[in-house]
Amino acid sequence: MDKYLLAVIIGIVFGCLSRFVLLRTDFRQYPTYPQGRIIHLSFGFIAAFIGAVAIPAVLKSDWTAVTFLGLAATQFREVRKMERDTLEKIDEQELVKRGSPFIEGMAQAFESRNYLVMFTALVTTLFSVFTPWLGILGGGVMLVIVKFKRSGKLLADVADITEGEIRFEGPNLYIGDIHIKNVGLEDSRKVIKERAAGAIINPKNENSIVTLSYLGQRQAMLHHVANVLGAYIDSGEPDFIPLSKRDMEDGRIGLFLMPQEKDFNQIKKVLENVPILDSAIRLPSEADKGKRKNPQK
Amino acid sequence: MAEKQTSIVAIVTTKQENIKGGAPTFTVENKETLQKTSTSIAKILGATAHEINPDTIIIVRR
Repeated sequence: MDKYLLAVIIGIVFGCLSRFVLLRTDFRQYPTYPQGRIIHLSFGFIAAFIGAVAIPAVLKSDWTAVTFLGLAATQFREVRKMERDTLEKIDEQELVKRGSPFIEGMAQAFESRNYLVMFTALVTTLFSVFTPWLGILGGGVMLVIVKFKRSGKLLADVADITEGEIRFEGPNLYIGDIHIKNVGLEDSRKVIKERAAGAIINPKNENSIVTLSYLGQRQAMLHHVANVLGAYIDSGEPDFIPLSKRDMEDGRIGLFLMPQEKDFNQIKKVLENVPILDSAIRLPSEADKGKRKNPQK
Repeated sequence: MAEKQTSIVAIVTTKQENIKGGAPTFTVENKETLQKTSTSIAKILGATAHEINPDTIIIVRR
């Protein structure tokens, strides 16, 4: 029994540690500090506990316990719903919205992180049951894996970002050669000329053209820039709302931005670090659409 | 970024004869008042002003 107790404790400790590693409050100001963090750390603890007791329950052939653990694990589906609801409520009041696909991505991340915690605790306990030292080693390895697996692709991986020149042709606003919108008021045009920044996102391949065309992905870019570099906007000033438009010919995206600080190097850096949303990833190149690679065949 | 109903809430023009009904129309004297009137209407309604042609600006709510 003592052997199991030690193993379970080691499992819980590593499980909690991995949740801690995965939890970071950054410029996104999410999870909110400290309430949001407390919620997620306690969820992490419960997840670690469930993961840790699974192996001893199986080893003792306590099948009732195992069944209940399975039930408990399904409760973590609620985490996603909880996060989604909170973020959607917050988003209603946001000047530059995150957009629901971005929210969905974040909610998914929270759910999957709890499963990662559970898995870390499970693996650690599995090793600890045999030798506690092996368990600690296994736990350490899991922490490293968890740390590196957590981040997905970034915008810099799928596209090149160049500066786009802001110009007007009559009332029409262009970023480079991409038409953004029609601005009727001369005052607004003046402000836009002074303060706006333009960026053009050039997709690197066929897949990223489709990925970047996704409105949710584009909204995520706009939100990131507004969030990090500030935004020169207010409610009731629709002329300055950041916009993204697509060149339908070649899939380039023109971004019209109103950052507080107009420094393209910073904008570029921020855009490069925008995550590619899970829901935006498309792989048309993997599909068989009758395009022959080798015409001689 | 769901597309919502777009509607013209007001029309500001210097050439009244080109507009036929629809939204409330404001007839103004010249280009300068055209800009001024459109600016105040757009700010009051929190709507966007779009220039259709040099004589006409429409105020659109999205």
